[in-house]
Amino acid sequence: MAEPAVNYDEVSTDVLVIGAGGAGMRGAIAAAQAGCRVQVVCKSLLGKAHTVMAEGGMAAALANVAKPDSWKTHFSDTMKGGKLLNNWRMAEIHAKEAPERVQELERWGAIFDRNAKGLIHQRSFGGHTYPRLAHIGDRTGLELIRSLQDKLVHSPGVDVHMEVTVTRLLVRDGRVCGALAYRRQDGGLVVYRAGAVLLASGGLGKIYRVTSNSWESTGDGTALAYHAGAILQDCEMVQFHPTGMIWPPGVRGLLVTEGVRGEGGLLRNSQGERFMEKYDPERMELSTRDVVARSINQEVLEGRGTPHGGAFLDISHKPADFIKSKLPSMWEQFHELADVDITKEPMEVAPTIHYAMSGVRVEPATGASNLAGLFAAGEVACGLHGANRLGGNSLSDLLVFGKRAGDAAAAFAQAGHKAVSWESGQLSEAIAYTLRPLTGEDGENPYQVHAELQDALTRHAPIIREEKGLRVGLGKVKELQERAARVAVASGGGRHFNPGWHASLDVQSMVDNAEALFVSAIERRESRGAHTRSDYPEPDEELGKVNFVVEKDGRELKLDAIAKEPIPDELMEVINSKWNTDYTRED
Amino acid sequence: MAVRSEVAEPVDDVPLHLREAEATGRSVTLKVWRGDPTGGELVSYEVPAQEGMVILDAVLWIQAHVDADLAVRWNCKAAKCGSCSAEINGFPRLMCKSRLDSFQGDITVTPMHTFPVIRDLVTDVSWNYEVNKQIPPFSPSEEDLKDPEPWRMQQEDVQRLTEFRKCIECFLCQDVCHVLRNHEQKDQYYGPRFMIRTATLEMHPKDSLDRRPMLKHKAGLGMCNITKCCYEVCPEHINITDNAIIPLKERVADEYFDPVRWAARKLTGDKRGRRPVRGMEDAPDQR
Ligand SMILES: Cc1cc2nc3c(=O)[nH]c(=O)nc-3n(C[C@H](O)[C@H](O)[C@H](O)COP(=O)(O)OP(=O)(O)OC[C@H]3O[C@@H](n4cnc5c(N)ncnc54)[C@H](O)[C@@H]3O)c2cc1C
Ligand code: SF4
Ligand code: SF4
Ligand code: FES
Repeated sequence: MAEPAVNYDEVSTDVLVIGAGGAGMRGAIAAAQAGCRVQVVCKSLLGKAHTVMAEGGMAAALANVAKPDSWKTHFSDTMKGGKLLNNWRMAEIHAKEAPERVQELERWGAIFDRNAKGLIHQRSFGGHTYPRLAHIGDRTGLELIRSLQDKLVHSPGVDVHMEVTVTRLLVRDGRVCGALAYRRQDGGLVVYRAGAVLLASGGLGKIYRVTSNSWESTGDGTALAYHAGAILQDCEMVQFHPTGMIWPPGVRGLLVTEGVRGEGGLLRNSQGERFMEKYDPERMELSTRDVVARSINQEVLEGRGTPHGGAFLDISHKPADFIKSKLPSMWEQFHELADVDITKEPMEVAPTIHYAMSGVRVEPATGASNLAGLFAAGEVACGLHGANRLGGNSLSDLLVFGKRAGDAAAAFAQAGHKAVSWESGQLSEAIAYTLRPLTGEDGENPYQVHAELQDALTRHAPIIREEKGLRVGLGKVKELQERAARVAVASGGGRHFNPGWHASLDVQSMVDNAEALFVSAIERRESRGAHTRSDYPEPDEELGKVNFVVEKDGRELKLDAIAKEPIPDELMEVINSKWNTDYTRED
Repeated sequence: MAVRSEVAEPVDDVPLHLREAEATGRSVTLKVWRGDPTGGELVSYEVPAQEGMVILDAVLWIQAHVDADLAVRWNCKAAKCGSCSAEINGFPRLMCKSRLDSFQGDITVTPMHTFPVIRDLVTDVSWNYEVNKQIPPFSPSEEDLKDPEPWRMQQEDVQRLTEFRKCIECFLCQDVCHVLRNHEQKDQYYGPRFMIRTATLEMHPKDSLDRRPMLKHKAGLGMCNITKCCYEVCPEHINITDNAIIPLKERVADEYFDPVRWAARKLTGDKRGRRPVRGMEDAPDQR
């Protein structure tokens, strides 16, 4: 391929961090503390990453409200919630280290609600045996982002490039050694040369039409890693959050925090029945997300849905002051966007795509991928959550594994792994890929391809899946992949802050993520956690012992099953323990 | 002018709440400023209205169906990230929180006035990030840092800060503040957002720095003449003036005029033994 005659800036660093959500910022701080020069890049402005939307809280067995809580119970809850598909080593590390990470965040300036003793208050959440979520009202993600952001910008050795999007990783002999990116502001290209790369680019919710996710969640990280040769795991596992807004259409998918149920909110169908009695009489509204989402789905299918096709979620039996202080942004969200006063009337809710349990397969303790020099943490990494994530376990995941991956990336960069040059031809290929949508005259409209992709996922990979539909979906995605390779910015507009160009690249990440999802979902012929198959309604013990993985083989996607490391007996005992639920809450 | 694209296929097999939203049949005229640092103009677009549609939906509709290169900054579409700030009919607002049906007639959307335009609705807000870096960060005392026990703070003390911590850094208050907007005195005043930021730090029960000299001098607290415009535009309804700026002014006064000390302390939970901000100790006293 001829060298394209384009200019680019070059930046050298020890650790390149892709993403400035919770995981990326925590990783960058760790790498800087280890003495590395750190370059952070992110698609949006600093402090605006998807993490900012998190509401309910972060899970950590601090045992402030429930004395009997410990890492063991948290570990057990996480594994059971994930239907044992989790990487047990990650679940163990997470449960043990989350309390320390939360306290650390507080010492960096984060503010949490307190209990009567002045300790961090913890709220109840689905699937957690004890009240465990450290929180501040219903905007815990903002608190986490702001605290890390302030720590980050005052960390020596850290530089941040905002509104810069990575389009390709650069590799030499199986080692990731850099990346190509473009700046939104002026369309300039930047080549990063790095000793190690930490991928912290978040999830992929935008492949579905109705999602709680922000604009950024286009699965870039998994696509980048895949094209560089990394292994992706559990791609069939995406979480439907049971309670997204459904009316008016403009706000569809917007999250209604689980905190509403944590604070006593009740689910009812159109006949006024608390239908969770039928599906999980013990845990009721605070059952795990997969169960609640399926239950709402079932009620609607059986004709007991609300006027706009969902369920009623009601907290109006609580005092108005209580609601406004515990759930201020929910009150505001419904008041402003839906003309609903949640202190007086119920909300209408239905499942919305929320979280990717899938992602880059990593070493449990370090976040190392199968490619030397490439580490991953946060939603883009896979393993901790198994087949279903418990609420609150993501924010603590970001802190625990963001730090670990940052430490490991720093150690890698410092262990004599100086920046090297990529294989020849790679950069020019990456540049050609990045600029191509600007040249195609009568190419496909990226927004149209995106809309059709969302339609394919929405129809063919819904909450309840079956083989025939999945195969139809896969067929559509393959067609869309071809069309995505021809997307172009019809109205021109050049490289200077041109969203049509950005969308053209985003949609190419999304189609590749969708292919991995369909291929893996077809192969998992059982129902487990978030992955429910009407043609295989039961879990299959044998399939529970494997993770499905995909990687790029030539130009094709290759699927494999990798046996899981068996859970040691002593941890199995922990998982199956009975927990003391007879205690007095210290609110 | 553009017409709404057809819905591709019948959607009966898709559950109600997952279907493509239907248009209401009404349409709205949006006049969007398009241009770059060299100049620009308002361009009219006819947008089919949907129930509950917000301005950002309309702008994104234009992107997807008419002009793919219409530049706009957004992220969460849930009023949580503070990216989509603009001026709607001249009033600083979040585009994702402004309902189409709350306006009558044509709607004008222009970029924030106070910051340099990059393209169309996108402005260069990097000045704010520079200011933020100049504010000395959270600094607990050595004693607190060494304390192996979990910190204890009372809900009452924390509660006061939660209002300020709601700030999503949309910079709409910065956009509207006349000191920055009309007088372009960015070199003399940090602006309301950063008064909020400083107030949070000053009132944090575990912070040990004294940022009063900074407030009085470099941050230019005295430039604010309490017009309260910032409070009016804040999408988080933070009472910037009454709860942050006025107590900060009192606190600064407290340092210089002893008699009000007790009042300021009562208002703001003052702490003793604060360290002055490094580099600000010898700042000239402009009294
Ligand atoms: C509405 C909502 C509420 C939630 N509430 C909770 C909760 O209460 N508790 C909980 O534990 N979890 C919650 N979650 C989940 C949790 O917020 C996310 O899983 C988590 O924040 C992901 O963080 P992250 O650091 O992995 O990535 P993100 O925060 O998604 O950040 C990704 C970063 O990568 C950057 N990036 C992406 N692609 C590129 C690229 N190509 N080039 C450069 N940069 C790139 C982005 O700009 C961004 O900075 C919630 C999620 C949502 C949507
Ligand atoms: S009250 Fe002060 S900070 Fe707010 S807009 Fe007026 S002058 Fe600016
Ligand atoms: S104080 Fe209000 S208006 Fe100002 S930046 Fe924060 S949220 Fe926006
Ligand atoms: S898009 Fe996040 S505040 Fe509007």
